[in-house]
Amino acid sequence: MAKITFILHNGVEQTVDGIPGMSVMEAAVKNMVPGIDADCGGACACATCHVYLQPEWQDKVGKRAAMEEDMLDFAFDVQDSSRLSCQIKISDAINGLRVRVPAKQF
Amino acid sequence: MSDEIKTDAVIIGAGPCGLFAIFELGLLDIKCHVIDILDRAGGQCAELYPEKPIYDIPALPIVTGAELTGRLMEQAKPFHPQYHFNQMVTELVKHGDNDFELKTDGGLVFRSKIVVIAAGGGSFQPKKPPIPGIDAYEGTSVFYSIKKMEAFRGRDILIVGGGDSALDWVNNLTPIAGSMTLLHRRDEFRAAPDSVNKMRELVAQGKMQLKLGQVTGLTGEGGNLQSVQVKGNDGAAYEIKANTLLPFFGLTMKLGPVANWGLNLDQNVIPVDTEKFETSTPGIFAIGDINHYPGKLKLILSGFHEAALLAQQAFRYINPGERLLFQYTTSSSSLQKKLGVN
Ligand SMILES: Cc1cc2nc3c(=O)[nH]c(=O)nc-3n(C[C@H](O)[C@H](O)[C@H](O)COP(=O)(O)OP(=O)(O)OC[C@H]3O[C@@H](n4cnc5c(N)ncnc54)[C@H](O)[C@@H]3O)c2cc1C
Ligand code: FES
Repeated sequence: MAKITFILHNGVEQTVDGIPGMSVMEAAVKNMVPGIDADCGGACACATCHVYLQPEWQDKVGKRAAMEEDMLDFAFDVQDSSRLSCQIKISDAINGLRVRVPAKQF
Repeated sequence: MSDEIKTDAVIIGAGPCGLFAIFELGLLDIKCHVIDILDRAGGQCAELYPEKPIYDIPALPIVTGAELTGRLMEQAKPFHPQYHFNQMVTELVKHGDNDFELKTDGGLVFRSKIVVIAAGGGSFQPKKPPIPGIDAYEGTSVFYSIKKMEAFRGRDILIVGGGDSALDWVNNLTPIAGSMTLLHRRDEFRAAPDSVNKMRELVAQGKMQLKLGQVTGLTGEGGNLQSVQVKGNDGAAYEIKANTLLPFFGLTMKLGPVANWGLNLDQNVIPVDTEKFETSTPGIFAIGDINHYPGKLKLILSGFHEAALLAQQAFRYINPGERLLFQYTTSSSSLQKKLGVN
């Protein structure tokens, strides 16, 4: 199990258990974290699972793949810390991960 | 106004379930016109995961979204379906039994005996970026799709995005625009290389500008945009003068006009019975992701089954009192004739 904390746009934090091998998006949807729409179900085809990594996690989570970088063109307010949560695989290495959820996926 | 198109059936949505309905209806001599907002068939399979493998289509251990779409179209071909792409069905009215009228946003009018709603998760519609205050400019200065290019002649246009739509419209509108700026968050584009090259040429010729950054706000009055605030990739904030903003951020599925057709809806899906897959209006059917019944699974294979059963009821509805013979495609010479294999 890896703990993942979602910081909602209103500051409320929601911590969920992530099963290694699943994606951060799947952990969010399974636990009904508001603000993660995931329209395409994790196919990296919709950009509605956009999150921001907290600064201390940016280096540990790894880099965006080319496909994810392309898809981020369809997200709003993309920052250096932006990731598509369906493209982050849960592992023990990211136990304690903290990500910020935008007010609205659009 | 254009002439009415008369047909037996109109299928709303060319996703996998709509495509298979052409086949099942065709076996019962019901001819179809198929309408979709997208510019091609396949629905979610084409728009969301054309290259991804699907593993649960019976007898096809592995097939991509694009391949499945191609095969369904091939299977439907003997029945000569007529496709109308880039058209959203906006109105659906029942005038009487066997008499439905449908209108599209592109001005097409259909009169049909039955209607099949295979609208999936709803209509694919352009995403609207959550820029503060953008609503006030929609339809006057901000547009998410373009119907008539001429409307943009002489305007100072800012296009935002890096995909095919953004680049295509940059290239098409630059010759008639007053001024053209393309804003994108990075100096790489997912659009077709040809269009990217063309855009870079226009920049080199001084006919348009390319800026890197993201929109943060809009300024204007009474729905008329005057300038767009931008945060550049270097962090600097600046303004771009523009009276027209065209954001292209891809598509999202919204229920859309289906909600306005007087059908019973339950949480954005259409309840149907599991014998006929008919909606609350006889003669209007709903199959695939758009319908709901106890035990519903949003799977392609469920939609195929639903298509077969709806076709039976469609036949009875169109031909009351006529006997419907149950036949196998393997052994029925009449079915094989329709399929053009005998
Ligand atoms: C990433 C992903 C993976 C999937 N994997 C599988 C899988 O492995 N196996 C499986 O069985 N299923 C899978 N699915 C689900 C499957 O794609 C859907 O069940 C299927 O596409 C539903 O088909 P449909 O024909 O009902 O609707 P859709 O495919 O949603 O097509 C509906 C079409 O109707 C059009 N439309 C809607 N309203 C209007 C209107 N008013 N006017 C004109 N056109 C309109 C839309 O534009 C759309 O093209 C997956 C889905 C996703 C997103
Ligand atoms: S769920 Fe669609 S891109 Fe992540």
